[in-house]
Amino acid sequence: MPAPELEFDDIQHILLTRAPALTGRYEFLSFHDGAAARVWLSAITDKVQSVAQARSTVAEDRRWVTVAFTWNGLAALGLDRASLASFPEEFRQGMVARADILGDTGANDPGNWVGRLASPDLHAIVILFARDDAEHDRCVAEHQKLIAACSGVEVLSWLDLKAVPPFDYAHDHFGYRDRLSQPVIEGSGEEPTPGSGPPLKAGEFILGYPDEDGPPANLPNPDRLSRNGSYMAYRRLEEHVGRFRDFLRAQGGPAEQELTAAKLMGRWRSGAPLTLAPDKDDPQLGADMQRNNNFTYRDMDPHGYAVPLGSHMRRMNPRDTAHNMNRRRMIRRGATYGPHLPEDAPDDGQERGIAAFIICASLVRQFEFAQNVWINDRTFHELGNERDPVCGNHDGTLEFKIPRRPLRKTIRGLPAFTTLKGGAYFFLPGLKALRYLASLGETAHN
Amino acid sequence: MSSMPGSQRWETPAAKAIPREGFFKLEQGRYGPIFPQTPACYGFSVVAKVKPGREQTVRDYGKTIEEAVATNPFVLAPLKLHYLRWILFDVGSGLHFMYQGIFDTDFDKYLEDAVALFVKTGITTVFVNLEGWPDDWRTNLASVIKFFREHQCPSFLEYGEYPYVTADEVKKALRLKAAFSQMLDQMQ
Repeated sequence: MPAPELEFDDIQHILLTRAPALTGRYEFLSFHDGAAARVWLSAITDKVQSVAQARSTVAEDRRWVTVAFTWNGLAALGLDRASLASFPEEFRQGMVARADILGDTGANDPGNWVGRLASPDLHAIVILFARDDAEHDRCVAEHQKLIAACSGVEVLSWLDLKAVPPFDYAHDHFGYRDRLSQPVIEGSGEEPTPGSGPPLKAGEFILGYPDEDGPPANLPNPDRLSRNGSYMAYRRLEEHVGRFRDFLRAQGGPAEQELTAAKLMGRWRSGAPLTLAPDKDDPQLGADMQRNNNFTYRDMDPHGYAVPLGSHMRRMNPRDTAHNMNRRRMIRRGATYGPHLPEDAPDDGQERGIAAFIICASLVRQFEFAQNVWINDRTFHELGNERDPVCGNHDGTLEFKIPRRPLRKTIRGLPAFTTLKGGAYFFLPGLKALRYLASLGETAHN
Repeated sequence: MSSMPGSQRWETPAAKAIPREGFFKLEQGRYGPIFPQTPACYGFSVVAKVKPGREQTVRDYGKTIEEAVATNPFVLAPLKLHYLRWILFDVGSGLHFMYQGIFDTDFDKYLEDAVALFVKTGITTVFVNLEGWPDDWRTNLASVIKFFREHQCPSFLEYGEYPYVTADEVKKALRLKAAFSQMLDQMQ
């Protein structure tokens, strides 16, 4: 059966496109007055690009805007009780209430989050991706004017984004090349890179379309609200760059340091996967999208001699060594924030990290599963006493095992390289749904 | 839980008494309270009443699963099982079905994987013959999980002769033994 056509003119651009931005800002809003919130939404909706718009004007566009809401935000906008009740339980509860399930405990506990992100008053996020600093400043000023005109809409906090130099490829503050493995959606017009598997049904990521199990079911209502929408899990993850570099230095000479960094991730920092470059980095391979994702584990590396079983890449996508993988995939968007720490500089104590969105059709089946089973389950692959070395919850008591012949290397007392500084569950409506939400007041009076 | 290091816990048999609600302290899993790992691993005992006239259908299901596993011995691999037991009994209140499983993943993950398996392989679930089973089980995972949680009878005691050992670890140990035997044979 042919795949249903995706409604590119209604789906928010962030779901299917990647803006060529070097900077940006996330603003977190609270609505104290439903009417004011709807005025704000009505105005900002004109700035939100659909996939179709973003694709046709990407060469000229200088900024890209996305809007999404928490469940409390939908209530504050005036959505009726029946509609609110039709959203899935994990979204209604929100990320703070799901902290234990997600492993957001200890240093990652919502009590330690910044920017009032743990507050029930967090209602919406506006995501700005901008081509350069001048456009960033212009958009921020424009939005400040809009907010000032909508009394009853408060900016709880914001986070400015900044790419990490050098700017010729995307990478995080630890130096790992990013954006190498993303699922492709059937009907999106994109071709999967070799090794990425066939395109997945749109319903895995976009509400209202068939998913890998069949026709859409149990969607929030009304249909015009849920159609072309999705869910986003926001994660603001501080990267402790100084601690990470100190840890690597303690592992031996430069070659051993680079190898250890590669083992934690499953790829060299250049992006070259250890499955294809097990002993020595191959930057050309790392940069080659036609080759750098073309591998499996069951036959190529069953024991983890190349990519350790507990490495970040192998946990986040176990490929052919896990079941029901087509129902666990997620789209990742986001950016780095905070100042770059030059290679030889001591840690300056400033916060820097990744502020990412994990986009999926079911938070409990996709995002929460990944957090609960892949990232923070100590017994993943029978490893015992390990969690994801990059983004798992660490308190210094866990270990990381690197299989090698004749004897494996066990790193004990692995430090926490990242700390969760905030997060939230958002609903990302389609453009028509944004207009529907903006019109809720009118509906009530009719 | 034993204070012994993980690698030695299997040497000492252990028993664990479990409170009425099935857990020691309330920890939320993705779909409800987490039922903890015990010396007998993770598991459940689901008890439900059989719909009238369905006894033979349920019994026939035994053959279906036997054949499915014979055709593909790894068909149930996603469930990370040790053992499954299907039981029919009547102690005067009508025919009841009991499904006991011992496995190595938590309750929520077991059920997600089980429903996916039923849908994917076309194995009709035996549970459609039970009272209270949701009609929309194919598309409504939450309703299936609710059924299992409502019909789960937590153990009040569990025992393990080699506690906390996973099926994969058992198989790995047996493979190692076989490999050593082969190595010793080669050295004769």
